[in-house]
Amino acid sequence: MTSFFQTLGMSYEAAWFTATIAGILLIALPLMLAVALIIYAERKLWAAFALRRGPNVVGPFGVLQSFADGLKVFLQETIIPSASNRGLFLIAPIITFTVALMAWAVIPFADGVVLSNINVGLLYILAISSLGVYGVVIAGWASNSKYPFYSAMRAAAQMISYEVSIGFILICIVLWAGTFNVGGIVEGQRGHIFGFINAYAFNPLLFPIAIMFLISSMAETARAPFDLTEAESELVAGYQTEYSSMAFALFWLGEYANVLLMCALNAILFWGGYLPPVDWAPLYAVPGIIWFLAKILLMFFVFAWVKATVPRYRYDQLMRLGWKIFLPISLFWVFLVSGYLMFTGHFA
Amino acid sequence: MTSIAHLIKTFTLWEFVKAHWLTLQYFFKPKATINYPFEKNPLSPRFRGEHALRRYPNGEERCIACKLCEAVCPALAITIESEPREDGSRRTTRYDIDMTKCIYCGFCQEACPVDAIVEGPNLEFATETREELFYDKAKLLDNGAKWERAIAANLAADAPYR
Repeated sequence: MTSFFQTLGMSYEAAWFTATIAGILLIALPLMLAVALIIYAERKLWAAFALRRGPNVVGPFGVLQSFADGLKVFLQETIIPSASNRGLFLIAPIITFTVALMAWAVIPFADGVVLSNINVGLLYILAISSLGVYGVVIAGWASNSKYPFYSAMRAAAQMISYEVSIGFILICIVLWAGTFNVGGIVEGQRGHIFGFINAYAFNPLLFPIAIMFLISSMAETARAPFDLTEAESELVAGYQTEYSSMAFALFWLGEYANVLLMCALNAILFWGGYLPPVDWAPLYAVPGIIWFLAKILLMFFVFAWVKATVPRYRYDQLMRLGWKIFLPISLFWVFLVSGYLMFTGHFA
Repeated sequence: MTSIAHLIKTFTLWEFVKAHWLTLQYFFKPKATINYPFEKNPLSPRFRGEHALRRYPNGEERCIACKLCEAVCPALAITIESEPREDGSRRTTRYDIDMTKCIYCGFCQEACPVDAIVEGPNLEFATETREELFYDKAKLLDNGAKWERAIAANLAADAPYR
């Protein structure tokens, strides 16, 4: 894109700057639109699992429901509790939202279509998604109210616990792909199984950690069955309790942008990202971004499916799963994968 | 042996797979709910909805201000004041129902000797303010005028069972 702006007669620096801004807008704006639609899609899916109809009045099939909700929320008054820490209270949703958008910088939407193709992309994603917990913790603390505070504590412990096993799972993938570059990992899956299936998930050695990553990413985004941070029967609305209007909407946008990010990561790391499922020439006629979006939507269906099926975990069960099951297994799997790769001479 | 089976079940997430298969079957089933504002369930003739004060076909109010409904109302939602009219017959000067108190038990229409106060088939009378739910005589008579045909049909349909 930089060279395109250079042909318009800009200097390299100006062209790079314009291209980056354009790239950010090209990712962020459709992403926000996608978040609005994905909230609608989730409500529809969830309703279907419960034999209900879901939103169907606003716009054709209710597609505009999220926009109507958004409009309602934006027209409301922003209430700031007098006991709250005003500055932090307002910064928290901004952090959550910004961080949720930032991680998309290294996600490849098609072959080479990525905002910043850095070599340690996976490390960057890990770092950014760890930052996400700050928004929640600050929100809980700044609200100066007990339920948000409990929720923030839970969120912090939960996200840190599952980040550990996510880290080990990513190491397995990195070992196999031999690169931290997200695009490189996708390319590493080309013809991975029998030379024609483009996915790590069908590798018997990597399938268990694909499932573990799926479960961990649900815990990481605090989705059902791990939505203890907003367990309404215990904590009202969790860390969002004191929030209203725009700030509340930002939390929602951030949360669902995170969910989409996790779906995208699942698709990229284990299901071949923008590659077609099978390495067969006619399938490449479909642009990579279509395959990528289809995989994200499929992962999102799984997320909604799980949310509709599994009841919420107890907090000690959540911690047990994270520390006593996922951590040992993922650690063991790092040994297993690296041992296998060593033994078969993958590193030779 | 059972512990090994349990271990295998645990690590293959067998219960989860079963649960998800079940919910997936429900996903493709036809919806159990109706498309409410556009399609509605049939109502029994005995349905107790919004109140209405009826008139006789000649336009005379049915209510004779006997205050039986006021007396029987368990929620104390009805307030009646009455005076003799110019022609000497007793009529209500005030007939208020506080719809926020009403529990829709139907005792008022059971108590009424002249079928004046009835609970009609209307259930969609939500308002934007609380004050709009304090019904007065004019509102109730207006309801009677609006819903008379449906109310009369319901009363006729239910009459054989009374």
